[in-house]
Amino acid sequence: MNNEIKLPSYLEQSDAVRSRFDRINQREIILEVRNLCKHFASKHSNVEALRNINFKIHRREFVCVIGPSGCGKSTLVRTLAGLEGHSSGEVLLDDKPVQGPGQDRGMVFQGYSLFPWLTVKRNVMFGPEMNGHARDEAERDALLWLDLVGLGKFANAYPHQLSGGMRQRVAIARALVNQPRILLMDEPFGALDAMTRAKMQTHLLDIWRNIDITVLFITHDLDEAIYLADRILVLKAHPGEVQEIIEVPVPRTRGPVSLTSPEFLATKARLEKLIHPDEAQESEEDEVVKPHMIRFTNVTDNVD
Amino acid sequence: MNKISKWFSVRAELNSRERTILGIGSFLLPLLLWCIVSYTPFIWHPKILVQDPGGVDYFQVGMLVDKSDFRNEFAKMQAQHLALPQGKPANPIYLPAPHQVAKAFYTSFTTKPEQRDMPWLYQSLWHSIKIIFWGFVISSLFGVPLGILSGTYARFGRLSEPFIEFTRYLPAPAFGALAVAVLGIYDAPKIAIIVIGTFSQQVLIIANTTRKLDVTILEAAQTLGTRGLNLLTRVVVPGILPDLYRDQRILLGWAWTYLIVAELIGTSTGITWFITQQARYQHFDKVYAAIMMIGILGFGTDLLLARLGRKLFPWDRSLDRI
Repeated sequence: MNNEIKLPSYLEQSDAVRSRFDRINQREIILEVRNLCKHFASKHSNVEALRNINFKIHRREFVCVIGPSGCGKSTLVRTLAGLEGHSSGEVLLDDKPVQGPGQDRGMVFQGYSLFPWLTVKRNVMFGPEMNGHARDEAERDALLWLDLVGLGKFANAYPHQLSGGMRQRVAIARALVNQPRILLMDEPFGALDAMTRAKMQTHLLDIWRNIDITVLFITHDLDEAIYLADRILVLKAHPGEVQEIIEVPVPRTRGPVSLTSPEFLATKARLEKLIHPDEAQESEEDEVVKPHMIRFTNVTDNVD
Repeated sequence: MNKISKWFSVRAELNSRERTILGIGSFLLPLLLWCIVSYTPFIWHPKILVQDPGGVDYFQVGMLVDKSDFRNEFAKMQAQHLALPQGKPANPIYLPAPHQVAKAFYTSFTTKPEQRDMPWLYQSLWHSIKIIFWGFVISSLFGVPLGILSGTYARFGRLSEPFIEFTRYLPAPAFGALAVAVLGIYDAPKIAIIVIGTFSQQVLIIANTTRKLDVTILEAAQTLGTRGLNLLTRVVVPGILPDLYRDQRILLGWAWTYLIVAELIGTSTGITWFITQQARYQHFDKVYAAIMMIGILGFGTDLLLARLGRKLFPWDRSLDRI
């Protein structure tokens, strides 16, 4: 790309941003991943899904994980949630090893994971009820959190009556009502249209700013990652490995203007370079799929 | 859109008026066909109903003879200048006309049993319903929990399903003699046949339904802190309930199909006893009426259950239009 505008380095941070990162780094560590490896044994081969992943997340930090398809970002977050096991290494939550899924790690899935047989309110009450809270207490909490995500009016609706964005709001409320130490989000806005997605991103930042919650957010959308994250964990594929952990230099509070700031563009340029390193280098799919374009229209009949 | 291409628009949405009209039509069409065959003398009617035997010595009033026999006799009488036999085209005795069956439908209920210790029709029907009910309840009592367990926990499933898959191919009537030997000649072996016929299908179908529950829902529940038995009772069971209900409706239909075989085992009872009795006296109108009663009972129950399902599972989208 011959971009004429001179971009700053993505490593340059303003004083405000740098001091913010200093403050974050002084906070306690919520989640630590040490030498995490994961193999899938299939009939023909031993696939290495994750190799030697190391990172730490501090309290109230917003970390995004990004990478090309097949880099194992979903596997990573599912492993952290305890939904999948790992081959070696450690996942520590508050210095204690993670074993199986639990309410200390809330999760929001890409697909609709709400319980279709429960009303919105009962969906949110589900976690507290499972964890032994009294029903009226669970109901009070549920209504509070539904109000917070703006769905107080829909408490008695069923999930199928809600739009995609609203369902994800309920899913967020349902995870947060348990007061997890960390919120794991696996491409939660991936199935939403662009407008709804932008609204949801802003809303999520709002929630995060007001609540003591640490977020690990998986996405394949570069803009989304830069817009949301304090730090971005860039994975590469085959095997899934940490390529770089980028401290996003875009200052907070972020808004639509942030998307065109030089820091944003510099970070995006860097991410693009990491994720699509060489245009010349063909991916496996490109080697197999080779379109052979034939012109079917008149030579004078041009569209551009 | 013109009228013909409307019929061939793929998976078209029907409005409620069309649905009602076509639904009624699906019953009227076969009835219409039956009426045509029954009431138009020039269509089929392979027999002649003798109204006046004329000079034929073996003809009697009300006798059904083949058309060709009648024609031969008619020609013979003509040749011998004897009184000509009279008759009109008729269908065989085994195809009564709709109005005859409709009448039989009513008279079957009002006719006194031929012997005093024999049951009235309503008693026979009630007996059949009881057999179905207990067969289905006993099968469900074991089949539903086993199906859910097999579908939820892979090890249970692997331990039970291959053998049940095998038993599915063993025809339930084949166990008839055995059931009588073990359970006697009254109702128990009949109920056993319905259980045998329903159970294996039930386990396999429900295990499959359980496996179709979206795994994300189970994972979401786990990340919310659901563990152990709660995962089964609070997530799996309510999650599959509408589908389970639908399966049970289909399986109940299955149980009905085993009814006739079951009732022939040991001492014949219920609606099957009624049918065989009537067929013995060639009261085919009553046979048809009885067969229809079974259909009406089965279909009616299913319609009722479908209605009830919509009330029970307001969140279930697939029950929207029944």
